[in-house]
Amino acid sequence: MLLLAAAGRTIAQDNSLLNALNDSMAAHKGRSYVSGTFKATHIINEQTIESPAQGNLNFVIQHRFGQLNSGSYNFFGLDNATLRLGLEYGITDDLDVGVGRSSYLKTFDGYLKYKLLKQTEGGGMPVSVSVLGTVTNYTQDNSSKPFLNTKYRTAYSGQLLIARKITRDLSLQVTPTYLHYNLVPTVADKNDVFAVGLGGRYKFTRRMSIDAEYDVVPKNQVVSTTVHNSFSLGWDIETGGHVFQLVFSNSQSMVPTQYLTQTGGTWGKGDIYFGFNISRNFNLRKKR
Amino acid sequence: MKFIVSAIIGLVFICPSAAFSQRYSTRNAFVGFYSKTALEDIKAENNQVFAIIEPGTKKLAFSLLLKGFIFPKELMQEHFNENYVESDKYPKANFTGTYTGDVDLSKDGVYKVVVKGDLNLHNTTKSVEAPATLEVKAGHLIGTSEFKAKPEDYNISIPSLVRDKIDKEIAVKVKIDCPITK
Repeated sequence: MLLLAAAGRTIAQDNSLLNALNDSMAAHKGRSYVSGTFKATHIINEQTIESPAQGNLNFVIQHRFGQLNSGSYNFFGLDNATLRLGLEYGITDDLDVGVGRSSYLKTFDGYLKYKLLKQTEGGGMPVSVSVLGTVTNYTQDNSSKPFLNTKYRTAYSGQLLIARKITRDLSLQVTPTYLHYNLVPTVADKNDVFAVGLGGRYKFTRRMSIDAEYDVVPKNQVVSTTVHNSFSLGWDIETGGHVFQLVFSNSQSMVPTQYLTQTGGTWGKGDIYFGFNISRNFNLRKKR
Repeated sequence: MKFIVSAIIGLVFICPSAAFSQRYSTRNAFVGFYSKTALEDIKAENNQVFAIIEPGTKKLAFSLLLKGFIFPKELMQEHFNENYVESDKYPKANFTGTYTGDVDLSKDGVYKVVVKGDLNLHNTTKSVEAPATLEVKAGHLIGTSEFKAKPEDYNISIPSLVRDKIDKEIAVKVKIDCPITK
């Protein structure tokens, strides 16, 4: 009995220093933010709460082939391509600025994204919230409508990105969106449109995830053209400073003022655009 | 019988506190690791390491939060936590061990010692032995050490695509400056 007690004591003593340290660590615990809610700055078309860190530049290539149902003559869409090239730069860890150019309607876009709230580990703040403001301007010639000046071609979007990393693998994001068009096709169409995006990712290995995104535009806002909700699926592969995303979507455009209100095709009929997003991170700051 | 039981309880509870003697500890010790390859240099430093030394028993311990390692490149730091050490699952790394060699606490001086113990990282424990110095200076115990660690020893898998960018053996530097606590 004494021997047992003595043996027990020796073990307890071996850990006593570490226990003292762990007690001290628990007493001096600081606040820690959740990291890696999403791998990339886009779920598929929609932006995520993530942004490049201060002094980091992201080069984003978003590419969509033609529609899968466009037939063997068009090699099931692979003959056609729509491309968006984008740059985004972290002014601070919380604020980033981006510019882009899409071949779809020859569109320029610019945006500012700011991290308002950051999810903390172990309670405290349950969600991360970023606010995103985007301006888009399409420049494609339209000889039948010479009155289309710069103002008429400009549209705006304001988005609140609300995300939560629920487990280490599963993250979800809700994105209420307000869109404003300086010009709409008919008087029946609304200049101010409300939409909401639902997105998420599930990591099935440490470096790969499946993403899905569904963007809902409630009825009676865009009436002159048939608009379908945008649904996209993606597969993320992360390798060092690159993130590759293979995507399928019924939206052809990749800017919010277009993919939300100009998605004419449906998955059921095979109006699906296959494509990919590639993002490459460059660290422009030497020291921090 | 009652007397024996209470005597044992007394022994168990009283004796360790009698053996406590002096402890030196800090919450701001330093651990850094460095990887050098032809393709990329990686460094990460943590200045919030908890350390404790008990000269009476020649025991020492370290504990740190892996999220406390600061990398010059933010993205590298995220990948370190997310993909390599999985700090959400295993937030801490710690070391417990002993040192050999006599250190005279009563006068200032530098002593060469050998530290031996168990390093726990990524839910894997591995024994480590490294030469170190312990310096007695104005009531502080200052320790420095350097050793090598292999990521694979701690069950940290590195994809073949980036294997050449990370040194096979990572240099680890430790520096602690502990004032006396009790």
